Amino acid sequence: MDENLRREIILDNYQDPMNRGLIEDSSYVRERMNSESCIDDLDFMMKIEDGKIQDIRFDGEACAISTSATSIMIRKLMGLTVEEARKILENYQNMIYEKEYDSELLGELNVYDTIHKQPNRMNCALLPSVAVKKMLEKLK
Amino acid sequence: MNREDFPMLQEGFVFFDNGATTLKPKCVVDAMKRYYEEHTSNIHRGDYDAAVKTNALYDGVRKIVSQFVNCDPNCVIYTSGATHSLNMVVFGYMRKHLKKGDEVLLNKAEHASNILPWIKLQEEIGIVLKYVPLDENYECSFESIEKCVTDKTKVISLAQVTNVIGDVRDVTRIGKFCREHHILFNVDGAQSVPHMKVDFENSDMDFLSFSGHKMCGPTGVGVLIGRRELLEEMEPLCYGGGMNAFFEEDNSYELKEIPVRFEAGTPPIAEVIGLGEAITYLMNIGMERIHEQEVSLKKYLLEKLKEFDDITVYNQNPNSGIVSLNLEGVFAQDFSIFLNHFHIAVRAGNHCAKLLKDEMDVKNTVRISMYFYNTFEDIDQFIDALRHRSEIFQIIL
Repeated sequence: MDENLRREIILDNYQDPMNRGLIEDSSYVRERMNSESCIDDLDFMMKIEDGKIQDIRFDGEACAISTSATSIMIRKLMGLTVEEARKILENYQNMIYEKEYDSELLGELNVYDTIHKQPNRMNCALLPSVAVKKMLEKLK
Repeated sequence: MNREDFPMLQEGFVFFDNGATTLKPKCVVDAMKRYYEEHTSNIHRGDYDAAVKTNALYDGVRKIVSQFVNCDPNCVIYTSGATHSLNMVVFGYMRKHLKKGDEVLLNKAEHASNILPWIKLQEEIGIVLKYVPLDENYECSFESIEKCVTDKTKVISLAQVTNVIGDVRDVTRIGKFCREHHILFNVDGAQSVPHMKVDFENSDMDFLSFSGHKMCGPTGVGVLIGRRELLEEMEPLCYGGGMNAFFEEDNSYELKEIPVRFEAGTPPIAEVIGLGEAITYLMNIGMERIHEQEVSLKKYLLEKLKEFDDITVYNQNPNSGIVSLNLEGVFAQDFSIFLNHFHIAVRAGNHCAKLLKDEMDVKNTVRISMYFYNTFEDIDQFIDALRHRSEIFQIIL
């Protein structure tokens, strides 16, 4: 991927992230993500209806990588079925861990396909995927 | 000063993370290497030459510590670090001697290891934790402490120097007050002992904790010093070899004298020897000189920072080598990653002082913590890096 385009996508999503701000609504499932390896601290909430992700929101303090990855992940997952979301999460995590994955499924999430070169940032990029997985587990 | 003693201080590398840990001079590593290569042996029970040598070095460090901070060498307990030392105070002494309703004075600038053990003890026996309000500079003054004392106050527990703000608390005055009012005075010296002259006896401290690795020593070793009559009443948290006089089938047992009563099992021998070497090294430089160097570095840094109106410094006043700051609109961790591109090592985060956010209105900062081997050129390199701050996202993304 062109480095300028990569940077532009990350920066846009960091500076103006999708669905930042939590709401009062008991129909959402919630998760607090306090990264063990860095100082990212984000709260997540997600609503699933009829087997589809209706909404994901987040708030808190985190670095450019975590925040942008959260924003891009939310854009990607909204409206998908739980099964479709799981597939994307799995492929995304495989990409971060340098395992086999299908890049065509991931769209703009591909901007993190070289993040493994900065090992201390891998957890930042993984953070939203771990959060969504945990929330999906809670709904089981 | 003394940069040539530190193999890690290569040209162009700036180490500003001394509050987290310090670099090790070659003499410390050499002393530990000698133990491993020339006289490896366990302490206390060996009759062969290597063991005799190890024993003498190991026990000799108590004397070095006692000269360093002015205390009784027999009251120097080796621990794994300040966290371990503070936990020994809380769970070994305080759990036995405090009761429900007794008040312990803390403050929100303290490190986790001087708050969380107390929260746990509160849960166990119902003591009351009170937080002394910080002033507008996030500092904890004697007057503010005094106002919080009631007839139920049994302990004042605080860091002599805090790890984010770096304010130097007047321990001599607080210690005198505690002694007069029969309040126990527990001091976390993790950020003070490495940087200035600390005097256990003359500051009327009851307990003093510090770590080796924050003062040019190895990781895995620290010290707890306690007043003798208190240590006699303190329970060991760990039982086993080396600390008992005897034990029998009828469940009778007797423990050894202090301080070895508190050092069950094989201790970190190489690390204790390394710590002794580190303290000797620091004493040879002189703690006054070390402190003066850090204060003048901070003064120079603050002066240089005046040209940047998008940098917020949270601790202008304190006389120590710690500067906590943020770059406007940039998350602290992104700022520290940016500085790493210029070979400058700092720390971003809440620095384990997780209650401080209640007072400061900011959760994370970048902390520059300096030591005697830092230079004015290090600061110039930092300032030069700041001139590239408009390119931060091109650099870190």
